[in-house]
Amino acid sequence: MSVTARIAIGWLYLVLCGCMAPEGYEPHVPEGDPRQGREVLAELECGVCHVIPGVPGARGRVGPALADYKRNVYIAGRYPNDPDILTRFVRDAPSMSPDTAMPAIEMSEAQARDIAAYLYSL
Amino acid sequence: MSEQHVQSVLHSAPGSGAELLEELGMVLYVGAALIFVVVMGLLLHAVFSRRLRASARAWVIGGGIVFPAVTLFVLLTYSLAVGSAVSALNSGTALQLLLNCFGIDSNARIPPPLPGTLRINVVGKQWWWEVRYRAADGELRNVPLANELRIPVDEPVELMVSSGDVIHSFWVPSLAGKVDMIPGRTNRLVVRTSEPGIYRGQCAEYCGGQHALMALYVVAEPRERFYDWLRNQAQPARAPTDPFLRSGYDAFMQGRCPECHTVRGTPAEGTSGPDLTHIGGRHSLAAGVLKNHIGTMAGWIAGSQDVKPGNLMPDSEIHTGSQLRALAAWLESLE
Ligand code: HEC
Ligand code: HEC
Ligand SMILES: [Cu+2]
Repeated sequence: MSVTARIAIGWLYLVLCGCMAPEGYEPHVPEGDPRQGREVLAELECGVCHVIPGVPGARGRVGPALADYKRNVYIAGRYPNDPDILTRFVRDAPSMSPDTAMPAIEMSEAQARDIAAYLYSL
Repeated sequence: MSEQHVQSVLHSAPGSGAELLEELGMVLYVGAALIFVVVMGLLLHAVFSRRLRASARAWVIGGGIVFPAVTLFVLLTYSLAVGSAVSALNSGTALQLLLNCFGIDSNARIPPPLPGTLRINVVGKQWWWEVRYRAADGELRNVPLANELRIPVDEPVELMVSSGDVIHSFWVPSLAGKVDMIPGRTNRLVVRTSEPGIYRGQCAEYCGGQHALMALYVVAEPRERFYDWLRNQAQPARAPTDPFLRSGYDAFMQGRCPECHTVRGTPAEGTSGPDLTHIGGRHSLAAGVLKNHIGTMAGWIAGSQDVKPGNLMPDSEIHTGSQLRALAAWLESLE
């Protein structure tokens, strides 16, 4: 391999690393399991109202698409995008956003955590 | 909730017609495989054996005429017996069945109800099922429902199937064979199972865009539970007292919903959509497509065209989010 080729590859490597570097704050849900979360989302059929990447059949448009959620600034345009707040919102949106169309769907605290973990993994 | 069974002809319910069909199928598959193996063995023998001692004449008459004639006769008798057992599960001779096959026995077209048998009318529509119970006694004479059947276990139940538009086919693989639902004609099907549980079925004849999303659940329950359920289904809906549910009721009555849906006991008397009097008690929404809880209910009302594109219910014109939630909560309260 020629010297120029080596330099080019090394340069490309550095650029790619740069692309993948963390962009500062990444929300993280303690005790939440993203894989489990995906199953809960499918089980509860949140996809009737939301487009959710990775969840089969989730193509509803009643609510906003939930792609790339970790980069959202606000939850529902009202609260800071914080794991605990998201966990609460997912379980009981009407108590936090009284005129919302999103109902409180029955689920356990653990399930809500798993969902939040999955949404942040997108 | 009782056990949900796999939707498959290979998982037939005990005591059902599907069980007899599965046995018949097994006899045919295994028998055909055995005959194939024996024939291939003979073929290899004929090709490779040095000393052919067999008499050609005996083989032609024995293997070519007598064996198929006897086997086919036995199979025909057996399959006719299975057929008559499946279609009647109590009466009906093989001769009658044969005549029915050729459409000769005109009486068979509209058979009288079997005495003491629960009769349910099921009408296929694009893309849902209208269900009407016709139990013998007074208040239970005519109970209109939709998209879910319940049956008592250990009892033959007569289904009279027809269509309101195009040809559909009623098929619950674990309980019985397919029966076509044909406009202007009523076909009869008897189902029975001795195992309680939830059986899934679906339309088995292409009937338009959303044919693939036209399914239903059949819930088999012990007799007592079944009749409690049916008595409850015969009741009209109770008026809501809770103010939130009341606002959902108002949203329903002020919207276009009553044009198409009936909620017995209210002014809503439309018939082009499923009866919603006890919608909250069903296992699924929109003909087996969604589970039934407040989230799927709200999602269906606001976005039915995303869930089942082209279905005959328009997206709603419910204006605010809390109205939508109240409406969904009221419908879910109708058990
Ligand atoms: C009836 C439709 C409906 C269903 C069902 C539904 N949602 Fe929502 N959802 C909405 C609507 C509408 C909004 C936006 C309203 C708001 O932000 O208050 C929303 C907002 C959200 C948000 C915040 C989005 C943002 O922009 O910050 C999350 C997260 C969310 N939903 C998750 C879920 C999960 C998880 C489920 C299943 C358990 C679910 N939703 C079920 C309608 C629905
Ligand atoms: C133009 C007629 C029409 C109007 C108006 C209408 N629907 Fe429907 N609805 C239907 C039809 C048809 C179906 C069956 C759709 C399918 O499954 O293919 C249906 C299905 C439903 C179901 C599911 C029923 C079941 O058994 O699973 C619910 C719930 C429902 N509608 C509620 C409503 C509400 C609430 C409104 C008013 C906001 C409404 N509908 C307005 C025709 C209508
Ligand atoms: Cu069909």
